[in-house]
Parts: sequence; structure tokens; C-alpha cells
Amino acid sequence: MTGSNITDTDRKSDSPEPFASRVVKSRHTKRVDFIIACVCLLLIIVCLTPMLNIFARSLSSSQALINRRVFLWPVDFTWESYQFVFKDASFSRSMIWTAFLTVVCTIVSMIMTVLCAYPLTYGNLKGRQVINTAIILTMYFSAGTIPNYILMRDLKLLNNPLVLILPGCLSVFNMIVLRSFFYSIPESLRESAELDGANPLVILVRIFLPLSTSVLATLALFYAVGRWNGFSDALLYMTTPKYAPIQLKLYQIINNLSAIETAQNEGIAAAPMASEGLKAASVMFATLPILLVYPWLQKYFIAGVTIGAVKG
Amino acid sequence: MVRTNPIRRRSGVSYIRKTWMLYAMLALPLAFFVIFRYIPMTNIVIAFKEYNMFRTVWSAPWVGWKWFSKALGTADFFNALRNTVTLNLLDLAVGFPAPIMLAILLNELAYRRFKKLTQTVVYLPHFLSWIIISGLALQLFAPNTGLVNMALAKIGRAPIHFLDSSRGWVPTYIGLGLWQSVGWNTIIYLAAITGISTELYEAAEVDGASRLRKIWHVTLPGLRPTIVTLLIMSLGRILGSEFDRPYAMRNSLVTDVADVISTYVYRVGIRSNQFSLASAVGLFQSVVCVFFLVIANSIARRSGERGIW
Repeated sequence: MTGSNITDTDRKSDSPEPFASRVVKSRHTKRVDFIIACVCLLLIIVCLTPMLNIFARSLSSSQALINRRVFLWPVDFTWESYQFVFKDASFSRSMIWTAFLTVVCTIVSMIMTVLCAYPLTYGNLKGRQVINTAIILTMYFSAGTIPNYILMRDLKLLNNPLVLILPGCLSVFNMIVLRSFFYSIPESLRESAELDGANPLVILVRIFLPLSTSVLATLALFYAVGRWNGFSDALLYMTTPKYAPIQLKLYQIINNLSAIETAQNEGIAAAPMASEGLKAASVMFATLPILLVYPWLQKYFIAGVTIGAVKG
Repeated sequence: MVRTNPIRRRSGVSYIRKTWMLYAMLALPLAFFVIFRYIPMTNIVIAFKEYNMFRTVWSAPWVGWKWFSKALGTADFFNALRNTVTLNLLDLAVGFPAPIMLAILLNELAYRRFKKLTQTVVYLPHFLSWIIISGLALQLFAPNTGLVNMALAKIGRAPIHFLDSSRGWVPTYIGLGLWQSVGWNTIIYLAAITGISTELYEAAEVDGASRLRKIWHVTLPGLRPTIVTLLIMSLGRILGSEFDRPYAMRNSLVTDVADVISTYVYRVGIRSNQFSLASAVGLFQSVVCVFFLVIANSIARRSGERGIW
């Protein structure tokens, strides 16, 4: 505690050591600091090992894998597995389709989220309380798998690509995050724009959106990651292999299932086994986009989560 | 700009002129909530009806509690119920205290750069889908060629069947859950710790409090409201079940421990077309969840905490 608190207040001073403090630390305190750092290092290792392992396996020859020689570094380095994945036209098509889907979903979701959050920040809007409650309630009560499935069937959305876009296009949690941010924009800005004769849409586009770019970026990334990682909606509603998103495809590959088998039953069938290296490469492909956006993601998400937690 | 209308009285006409646009904006989101969230709720009635593919929800005849008693009469349902409760309780026992401890640990970490790095790394698994995680796990824990069993073999231990035996599956499931969520769940506690007044720590320091005492008497009490709120929400979910996680990690060798209510509903409802039976089970689950949430909340409020409503 001592260390971190004092460094926090001293952040601006140009001390050579980031943790230098006015209080001279006892040897005991230093030892405890060291132990804590070791525990954290261990955590980092535990977090990264599975990913390093799969990376190594995806770049090793199948012989090395079978001979149990691959630990955390590629053995008999080869691009073989990646070439196999590329050769599987259905996999690369699924990657492209999911990327497209992710972009469309993110755009639709952002529009919906803004359209929902913004009007609800007007305190004098009649019916606001009722609408608010009705929206929050859906966080706690949902119809359930089967009633939703029947709805999709009745709406003729089964096996329709729209089913991967529409039912999840507005997250209440994200909407609350955005609304909380909108609340933090000074009321006086809106009032002076109103006096200048601006209508709500102009105020939204000219004032609110430009001021909340960081939150909008966070939410867009949340939606994008959510769509990229989405699995159960595809499993339930999408049996056309052509429109199978990447997670469904990956599920079939790692469990040695062909597309039809997933649709029909869930036992492990005797489909031709994908090699371990190919599975590793497929997992790498599906993970890569997440790793690519992660640096941006983690720049913003903490603020998003804490806002949502306070208001939700 | 010319001020066209400096003071607007809230008369009816001007109210509509001012706000029609807002209602227009809300139209799409509201349509979304009605169509995709509220209308399906009406389909819940099939839990009390003899519904099949050839009937509509409304034309199907009422059968009362038939499906509930049918579900209660099958071993499969009880297996799923038992597994759901067991896995959730284990998740709670392991996964609830862990982020609190990790948050305190991170807060005690003296090296700022290293703290940032640790946070960056431990948050990452939260963004991986359960399909990806199960892919990682299948490779990592493979009985023959997996890293963990190869390491065990190096130290002369017999391979452990982490994912394809019932005994190994449960701890692996819980462990992977922890791996995925522990870092992410510290965020909220770390935010709460930042909110604790530094004066309290300084006062404790003056009184000669040790590090451990400061954690016990300042940090933990400061975290209490957050802990209680999150505990209520976890207790409310004790019968809830995720779908992706058990579904991605299960296989035919471990259905006795891995089949939870959500996967049971999927199997019975979508795969075997017993829509009414599966809806009844789903409804049972939702009702129990709400019940637990209300109970947990009222206990919290009675013991002087804030509760979640």
C-alpha cells in the first residue's frame, strides 16, 4: 500500500525508479514486494502458456507433435498447417463472411445503441421512465431458448443471414454505458444549442457524438468482439454451412465434426480427423483478429466497465 | 446566429415540436425490444401446451403442468439440474473470492509498469470465445501429446484425463472458468479500491498498522459494498447456466457431469423437437433464478447492505 499510494501522488516528480518513495522501505517490505511480483509473474505465465503452446503447435510438423516434442516453441518449423487451413475453402470463406458480418453488425448495433441512449437522456421526455424500466427488465428476464427459437421460425429468420445480425443488435449493457457517458456532457451545451435553434438530431450529431468518440470506439469494439466470438445463435438458428460463422466452423474442426453432423447430432462421429496441427492453426486464425484489436480494446474498456457497473 | 425562440413555454404544441424527433429515434430500438425481447415471452405459454411443429403457439391445446411433471420424472433432467448447481457452486466458491484476492494483490504490487503489464495480460482471456478456449484446452490437456501431460510424464507421473473423464472434467471446467474471468473480474474491485480514501491508509499508518492489517481493516471494508452486490448477483445465477462454455467443453464421455440445464434444453428442445418439454424446463430455471435473486437481495438489505434494487 505504502509504495503504490505514495508513488501515485509523486507521479509527476522525476524519480528514476517508478516506485521510489519518500519512505525508506524496510527490508521486510521489499521482500514482500518481491514475492507479490513473483506471484504476478506466475499469473502472466499461466495466462500466456496455452496461447504460446498452440502457437508452437501450429508451426510444428505433425511428426514432431506425434513424437511429443513440442512444448512452447515450434519444432521442425513448417507452415504446413496454415497452408492446409487456407486450402480448406470453407474455412477461409467462413473467415471472410464472419469479418463482413462483424462489420455490418457493429454498424447496425452502434446506430441502434445511439438511437436508444440519446433520447433517454432528455429528462423531460414523457414516458421515459416507463421505457427505461421496460428496457432494464430485459436484462433480468429473457424468454428463453425455445421461445426465442419459435420466434425466429415464425419470423422466417431461420437460416437467414439476418438472424445473426438482428436479434443481438442492441445490448442493454452497452446502451447504459453510452447513456451514462451522455449524462456526463454538460447540460448547458445542449441548452445553448437549443437556444440557437438546433434540433435534437443536430445536437446529437454536432455535439454529443464528437464528444464521445472514445466511448463509441469502446462500444464498437465490444460489439465487434461479441459478433466475432458469437457461437450459440449460429448453432441454434443457422444450419446453412455457407453462412456458418467462424466459431461454428472452428467448433466443428476441433471436435472432428462435419457440418451436417453438428446440425444433426452432437456425438463425436468418425469423420476424417483433422490433424492436431491443423486444429491449432484454425484456433490461431480465429484468435488472431481478437489479438489484433486487443491493444485498442484495452485502452478503453476499463472506463466502459466501471461506468456500466456503477449505473447498471 | 439569431435567437429565434429564446424562451419556450412547455405548451403541448411546442413539446411535440421539440420532442417528436426523439420519439422517432426511439422507434427502432423500441421495435427491437418489443419484437426480439417481449414478443418471444408470449411463446412461453407452450410450456403449458401440447405444442409441435405443425401447430401454432395459439392453436395448441392446453395441458396444464404435464411437461413439468414429465421433466421431474426423468433422470436426465435431475442430472442436468444437479450438474448446474454443482458447477455453479464450485464456480462461486473458486471464482468469487479469486478476483478479490487478485485485485488486492495487484493493488499491493509496487512496480507500476509491471502492474500495467500484469493487468494487460490477465484481462486478455476474457476476450476469447469459449470455442477458442476449448480449442486451446483440448490441445493443452490432450492425454498423449498435450503440454501438461508431457510435463507430467517428464516428472514421471501418469497422464491425467483432464477433459475425457468425469473426474478430470469438473476441475478443468472450473479452472478454465477461473482462467478466463479472474483478471476481468478484478476491474470492478480495482475501481472500488481507487475510491477508498487515502486518509484512511495514512491514519492506519500512523497507528503503526502492518500491510496485512491495512488490507484487513481498510481495503476489505472499503470493498464490502461491491462484494455484497456482486455476491447477490452470483447467488441469483446459481441455477442459471451459460451455454457456450459447457457446450464447447463437453464431449460424449462426460455427459454425466457436463450436461447442464442450458445444454439439456438445447438437446431436448432443438435436437429432439420436444419444444414444450424444453420450454417447461427453461421456464422452471428462469423462475428459480428470479426467486434466488429476490431472496439474496432481501437478505442483503436486511443485513444493512445496499442490495441491487
